[in-house]
Amino acid sequence: MTQSTGERGAFDSQFDHASITTAAEERVSVATQWQLMWWRFRKHRLAMISGMVIAAFYLVALGADFLAYADPHKTEAFRSLIAPQPVHFFDEGRFRPYVFGLVGKRDPRTFKRVYEPDPEQKIALRLFAEGYEYKFLGLFKTNRHLIGVDGGAAEEAIFLLGTDQLGRDLWSRMMIACRLSLTIGLAGVTLSLVLGVLLGGISGLYGGAIDTLIQRVIEILRSIPTIPLWMGLAAAMPRDWGVVQVYFAITVILSLIGWTDLARVVRGRFLALREEDFVLAAELAGVSQMRIILRHMVPSFLSHIIAATTLALPNMIISETALSFLGLGLRPPAVSWGVLLQDAQNIQTVAISPWLLSAALPVIVVILAFNFLGDGLRDAADPYG
Amino acid sequence: MLTYIIRRFLLALLTIWAISVLAFAIIQLPPGDYVTAYIAQLASSGVDVTPEFAENLRQQYGLDSPIWVQYLKWMEQISRGNFGRSLEWRAPVLDMIGDRLWLTMAVSVSAVLFTWGLALPIGIYSAVRQYSIADYIFTFIGFIGLAVPSFLLALILLYLGFRYFDANIGGLFSPEYQMADWSLGKLWDLIKHLPLPAIILGMAGTAQLIRIMRANLLDELRKPYVITARAKGMSEFRLILKYPVRAALNPFVSTLGYLFPFIISGSIIVALVLSLPTIGPLLLRSLVAQDMFLAGTIVLFLGIMTVLGTFISDILLMWVDPRIRFERRE
Amino acid sequence: MANRLMNGNEPPPILTVDKLKTYFFTDEGTVKAVDGASFAVRPGKTVGIVGESGCGKSVSAMSILRIVDDPGRIVAGEILFQRADDAEPVDLAKLDAEGNEIRAIRGGEIALVFQEPMTSFSPHYTIGNQIVETIQLHQDVGKAEARNRTIELLRMVGIPRPERRIDEYPFELSGGLRQRVMIAMALSCNPKILIADEPTTALDVTTQAQILDLLREIQERTQMSVIIITHDMGVIAEMADDVIVMYLGRVVESGPVDEIFHQPKHPYTQALLRSIPSIFAEPRTKLPTIAGSIPHPHNRPAGCPFHPRCAEFMPGKCDRHEPQLRPVSASQLASCFLYHEPDI
Repeated sequence: MTQSTGERGAFDSQFDHASITTAAEERVSVATQWQLMWWRFRKHRLAMISGMVIAAFYLVALGADFLAYADPHKTEAFRSLIAPQPVHFFDEGRFRPYVFGLVGKRDPRTFKRVYEPDPEQKIALRLFAEGYEYKFLGLFKTNRHLIGVDGGAAEEAIFLLGTDQLGRDLWSRMMIACRLSLTIGLAGVTLSLVLGVLLGGISGLYGGAIDTLIQRVIEILRSIPTIPLWMGLAAAMPRDWGVVQVYFAITVILSLIGWTDLARVVRGRFLALREEDFVLAAELAGVSQMRIILRHMVPSFLSHIIAATTLALPNMIISETALSFLGLGLRPPAVSWGVLLQDAQNIQTVAISPWLLSAALPVIVVILAFNFLGDGLRDAADPYG
Repeated sequence: MLTYIIRRFLLALLTIWAISVLAFAIIQLPPGDYVTAYIAQLASSGVDVTPEFAENLRQQYGLDSPIWVQYLKWMEQISRGNFGRSLEWRAPVLDMIGDRLWLTMAVSVSAVLFTWGLALPIGIYSAVRQYSIADYIFTFIGFIGLAVPSFLLALILLYLGFRYFDANIGGLFSPEYQMADWSLGKLWDLIKHLPLPAIILGMAGTAQLIRIMRANLLDELRKPYVITARAKGMSEFRLILKYPVRAALNPFVSTLGYLFPFIISGSIIVALVLSLPTIGPLLLRSLVAQDMFLAGTIVLFLGIMTVLGTFISDILLMWVDPRIRFERRE
Repeated sequence: MANRLMNGNEPPPILTVDKLKTYFFTDEGTVKAVDGASFAVRPGKTVGIVGESGCGKSVSAMSILRIVDDPGRIVAGEILFQRADDAEPVDLAKLDAEGNEIRAIRGGEIALVFQEPMTSFSPHYTIGNQIVETIQLHQDVGKAEARNRTIELLRMVGIPRPERRIDEYPFELSGGLRQRVMIAMALSCNPKILIADEPTTALDVTTQAQILDLLREIQERTQMSVIIITHDMGVIAEMADDVIVMYLGRVVESGPVDEIFHQPKHPYTQALLRSIPSIFAEPRTKLPTIAGSIPHPHNRPAGCPFHPRCAEFMPGKCDRHEPQLRPVSASQLASCFLYHEPDI
């Protein structure tokens, strides 16, 4: 190396400008497709943030029991429809979060139970407190929760988002609801991905009569209004099915319609790629069809599939929420955002206890985040475009 | 051109057939059959049911024959205008549906019109003035429209109306017209009540169409023919409307076929929240009560309505795109 | 400066571009697409602008018509255009880009023929519609009259059966026919200057020759000026009276076509001419190319923009100072330190 520096120095000075300009270009030209996509995706700040938001939501789903502080299924008539209660962070200038204790009274005129904070009674909050028992990640039993109160039960003291009609804590139920709401979308999308890739692939690969048939089926399915159909199918589920059975039935119902979009994407990519020179080159080189598909075609449209899948997810989540909201989807004791929103069906109830609407917020945030993420992925999916 | 229409028409017929099969499946899915349920109902209301009567009923509905024969019998009954009886309401299904079908149509069509009327100009503006403040605002509103499912939007608006204006924004008629017969006054009352459900239903579609229009138009604005037109000395306004907007209209129109089923779908659940006297709440009730002839018929009608809407949008697309008129496919 | 080219008894140029600078302000930095270009167009003559892709030839043409797209902007320079014979020339660079005056000139007095005959027409309207529209924009004639004129124009540019073709859509025509229609549209208002931006690049060789013949024939008949933009020295040799050689947004050499071809002064022009394949060359000899590639627009070399690729590179001079466009013979201008010393 020391030998050649003199030579290289002279060489460099002469081609100084050329080498500066090509350094960046060279980095681009030797990068793999996934690197290019990553660089391009990184520029989408909104998509990046959305990706993190979604990751955070799934983390919540994993640790839902830990983040909850009250048993989500425990009902208590005395704690019906308590309003969300503010947390005070500073006590006499020191950081020591506390809430006021609540006193239940009966309104002398309406005979309804009302709850009023009692300024005399400060209940200190603490981290990693003990509460109801659960299995962390389904692995080991514990009763530690992120927040709780010293001594006493958290159920009786903390009401971050208030309670529902049956006195169940809304915050805790929202945490638990993440699980079903977020995974039912994933399961549904996975199922429709399988259907979509299979049928779309066949359609795009073989063309001809099979293609026409599958395309007609897709067109027919897409021109049928989905919600009435779902409602019909969902209503036909036997009443005595358990949570798990209903969960899978809903997944199947959602993906029965959802696969068409993905199938169209896959077919479109197949048709486009079939005409590409590199596929022809591989064919002329005598590469087997299976290898052409797996080695040459799939890598160049995998990214499109990922983007399309991401964009299909929010629709699944909306659909589940809608069905459960109508009472035709997941049913109590299952907890999902749609199930939580069922309580908000009656406008009189909502007018008096607006906090029942709070399950709408995670729905909106997750759908937005998936849309932004999907958009960013779709833009990045075409790194050469 | 003619072959295009014929092809579309045949596809529409095929779709209607597929929907009829699905509707029939929905009627058949719940355990037990119609006659058992009907007899149980009669018995509970104190009518003495003889086994012969039950057997007659069974034969009339062909419940003892194979499933495809039952389907054909059902179709035959339908073609004669007999859609069966609603178990829960003890009335012919058609009487139950009545006006609700037309009101559903009115709400859906006005939602489509709203979607178009808003998405077109906003999409054009957003593309032509890309990255302007208004573009950002529209994009933001668009994303909200996309992310808030229509029934949640309805719920939130209902709450806001209740809370801050002390008004019930639901329903399609003022109380005094609710039970009244049709008259000009009732029609006007309906028209006054239509915008809100139309906006709620159209929000998501509008957001989507704005994005489609904006993206298409941005593509078109970069095409050489725009520079050609500019080099002719055309004014910018006329130029944009005549050339790129015209081109961007095609994918825009072709989305109508999917917009319509989408809106009808949404109208079911929004109608429930806003308590509209449309077909949605009836469908839900019939499903919950397993009143299957009513439910199946409603699904069938909704499907046919959707197919008609899609067919009309296909014809519209043909009118817009000269390449389809010339039967050239891409 | 460009006026030095002209002899005293010649009519004044119809278009004079002086130190034109058109920059594009992108997020990554400023791209100086045209950076101080100067040239003149004589009435009834053809100017050929030649250079590699990205040298700013097309942007110069767009700047003349004021149709440079965002984020591009003319930041300095004059574009003087002689509208009527006796009046003062107008500075097109100063006009409102969407105003009435420039729009009357666009298509009416200066017309553009594009390199992409495939996409230069909208597929949604018939070619007749698009030409009639141009005529009616600039002339006060009725629809029937405009249509008759369109048919005449189509016949003039050699479209067979023009009275039927006028109602066809662009996608029904071949590339060569479409380019003829494009020329017909450009000619529809009898422009004084026709700008042809790579008019033959997208066509096959025989069609190219036909289109060039057509352009020359029309020019002889109408006595309009033509600016032809190309990267093809062959097209220049066939068409141009005057030649302008551009490199990285600057004019590096200009002069009459014979001088440019027989006594090229600038090393870049010399290199361009060397890289033309010749039928007199020895078989199986390698065609000389210009070393290196065009620098990235954000990384312009300091000094003479051509120096990293130049065979005559003089260290300390070419990479420090910017050469100016100066006379190098009776009729030629070149921008190179081989012919003048740097101004300190």
